[in-house]
Amino acid sequence: MNRRSFLKTTAATAVVAGAGSLPAFAADEPLKIGFIYVGPVGDMGWSYQHDQGRKAIEEAYGDKVQTSFIENVPEGPDAERALTQLALEGNKLIFATSFGFMDAVMNVAKKFPDVKFEHATGYKRADNVATYDAKFFQGRAIQGTIGGRMTKTNKIGYIASFPIPEVYQGINAAFLAAKKVNPDIEMKVVWAYTWFDPAKEADAAAALIADGVDVLLQHTDSTAPQAKAQEAGNVITFGQASDMSSFAPMPRVSSTIDNWAPYYVKRAGAMMDGSWASEATWGGIDTGMVEIGEISDAVPAEVKAEALQLKDDIGSGKVHPFTGPLNKQDGSAFLADGEMATDEQLHSMTFYVEGITAEAPK
Amino acid sequence: MITLVRRPTPSKLWTYATPIVAVIATMIAGGILFAVLGKHPVEAIRVIFWDPLFGANAGYFRGQLLVKAGPLILIAAGLAIGFRAGIWNIGAEGQYIMGALFSAWLALKIYPAESHWLFPTMIVLGALGGLLWALIPALLKVLFGTSEILVSLMLVYVAENLLAYMSFGPLKNPEGYGFPGSRNLQDYPSAYNAELFAGTGIHWGVVTALVAVIATYILMHRHITGFRIRVAGEAPRAARFAGVIPARLVIFCLGLGGAFAGLAGMFEVSGPAGQVTDSFNVGYGFTAIIVAFLGRLHPIGILLAGLLMALTYIGGDMAQLVLGLPSAAIQVFQGMLLFFLLAFDVLTNFRIRFGRAGA
Repeated sequence: MNRRSFLKTTAATAVVAGAGSLPAFAADEPLKIGFIYVGPVGDMGWSYQHDQGRKAIEEAYGDKVQTSFIENVPEGPDAERALTQLALEGNKLIFATSFGFMDAVMNVAKKFPDVKFEHATGYKRADNVATYDAKFFQGRAIQGTIGGRMTKTNKIGYIASFPIPEVYQGINAAFLAAKKVNPDIEMKVVWAYTWFDPAKEADAAAALIADGVDVLLQHTDSTAPQAKAQEAGNVITFGQASDMSSFAPMPRVSSTIDNWAPYYVKRAGAMMDGSWASEATWGGIDTGMVEIGEISDAVPAEVKAEALQLKDDIGSGKVHPFTGPLNKQDGSAFLADGEMATDEQLHSMTFYVEGITAEAPK
Repeated sequence: MITLVRRPTPSKLWTYATPIVAVIATMIAGGILFAVLGKHPVEAIRVIFWDPLFGANAGYFRGQLLVKAGPLILIAAGLAIGFRAGIWNIGAEGQYIMGALFSAWLALKIYPAESHWLFPTMIVLGALGGLLWALIPALLKVLFGTSEILVSLMLVYVAENLLAYMSFGPLKNPEGYGFPGSRNLQDYPSAYNAELFAGTGIHWGVVTALVAVIATYILMHRHITGFRIRVAGEAPRAARFAGVIPARLVIFCLGLGGAFAGLAGMFEVSGPAGQVTDSFNVGYGFTAIIVAFLGRLHPIGILLAGLLMALTYIGGDMAQLVLGLPSAAIQVFQGMLLFFLLAFDVLTNFRIRFGRAGA
C-alpha cells in the first residue's frame, strides 16, 4: 500500500474522527495513548512491566489522558494492523513494546506522520519514531557481584535467550563483576533460544544445576528456573524483568526490574507540552529504568552493602561495568586501560570477553 | 430421556446448517462470556463482526481481512482434499515455514540483483519447500506405515527450530547490528509481493487462494481424481476394488496440501511479513484445520470460513482496543466456534429422540 492512496482511503475517517492533524490538544480532550504488547499483560514479566508503565501514565495524568492496549500481538503483519488500528482510533502517542515490532512501526509511522511512535529496544528511528531501551547490564553487574561472593562451587550459570547484543552485555557484565570479587569464577551459559518458555527454561536450569552451578542468572522471563533452584535448595537466583518476589528470600536473593514507568510518564508529558522529539533513550539505574529489587536476608550483610555501593556507583557514573583494560574472548583488544565502553560499542557487542570459556553460538 | 439415533444417511440439511448454527451459538455463548466480564454483549458482538466490515475505518479493515484470510483459505483448501480421503496432514504449519524458507533463501542469496525471474522462481520454490516437507510423512506412511498425523505434527517443531536457526544464523540481516531476522523483502522490489491494487489488501497470495478454491472445486467435483479421493475417504474397501491405489493417494494428498501451505508461506514472507524471523509463523497452519472443517471441507465453504475466521481476529483486536476485552476472551470465543461446530455435527449423523431408550 503506498502512502498516497492510503491517505485517500483514510482521509474521510480522519474527518469523521474530528482529530485530523490538528497540532494542539484541546484542553478538554484527553490525549489518547496506545500500547501493543507481544505477550499477555498477565505474563508477570516483560509485557506486565510495560503495562505497569501504562498504568503509571494514567495515575500521573488522570483525565488528561486515555490509554488503551492490544495484548498478545504476534510480530509481523498482525503488529502492523494493530498499530494502524491504534492510529485510526485516534491515539497520538503509541508505544510498541517489543523488538520484533520494529519494521511494522516504521511502515505505520510513514502513513501517520502526525502520530508519534515509541519503539522499545529497536534501532530504527524517524521524525515521529523514537526508541528507548534500558541498560539491563548494569543490573547484571550487581548480580555478578553478589553471585561471585556467595558461590561455593565458583560456577555461575546463565540462561541466555538469544545471541543478540543485549544478552552478550548481560553475560559479560555479570562475569566481569563476579571475577572482580572472585578470580576463580567460571561462567556456564545455556542458550534457550526463547524469551518465555517455562519448559525449556526449566530444562536449562536443571542442566546448569547438574553441572555444579549454585548461582543462576536468567535472561528469560518465566519463573521456571526459580522453581528449579528452589527444588535444588542451595542455588541462588535473581528475578528477571519483574521482581519475582514470591521466590524470596531463597532462592531469589535480588532482582533486576524493568521499570518503564518514569520514561512513559515523561514522554506522555512531553506530548502534552509539545516538546516531544524523536530520540534514542538508553536509560540505566540513574534514570530509574533499571531498578534493583530488594536484596534478601539470605545475602550476608557485607555482600549486600558491597552490592548497594556498586549500584550507587554505577548510578552516579563513577563505575562503568565495562572498563578497560579488557580483551575479547579471542584475545584481541576491546578497551584500553581506563577506557569505558561507549554505547555504540555496547550496541554491537556480539562476543564474550576474555576469561569466559564457554563457546559463543555461531 | 434423550437418545441419539443414527440416521440411515447423513442429513443434507444439517450438513449445511451446522456451521451457521455453530456461529449463532458461538455468538450467544460468547455474548454471555462478555457479559460476565462486564461488557455489553451485543456491543461486543457488533464490534467483532460488524465494525471491521462496516464501521468507521472499514476501508482499511476490509483489505486486512483479505490479507489475513488469504493464507488460511489457501492452506485449508489443500488440507481439505486430504481430509476428504481420510489422510490427516496436521503439519501444515511446518510446510508453511518451509515454503517461506525455501523462497526467502533464494531472494536473500541473490540480493540485491533485480530480475523479473526472481518472483516466479520464488513461487516455485515455495511450493517445492512445502511439498518436500509434506512428502516426509507421506513416504514414511507408504513405506513403513507410520502415522502421518504424528510425523507431520512433529515436523512442525523441526521446521520451527530450523526457522529460528536461519533467522539467527545464515539468513540474518548482515546490516542488522546483530539482531535476529533477515533483510526485509519489502525493500527488495524484485522479491516484494506487493499489493496489486493499492489499499485493497489484495496481493498475489490472495489471488492464488481464490485460484486454489476454484481449482480444488473442479478437482473434487468435476474430475475422476476427486471422485476417487471421496470414495477412499467414505468407503476405503470399495475404493480399493475400484482401483484406487492407497499409496499414490497418500502421496498426492499430502504433497498437494504441503505445496499449498508452502505457497502460503512464500506469499506471506515476501509480502505482509517481509522478513524471516523466529516468530514468522503465527499459527495459520493450525487455524486452517479449523477453517477446513468449518467450511465442510468444501472449497466454497472454506472461502467463507476463512473470511469469517479472519474477521474474528481483526474484530477481536478491535474489541480489545475499544472495549478492553482481554485477548484470552477472544481466544476462548474462537475456540467455541470449533467446539460448537463439532457438537452440532452430531446432528448430521444422528437425530435426537425424546422418550424412552430403545423404544
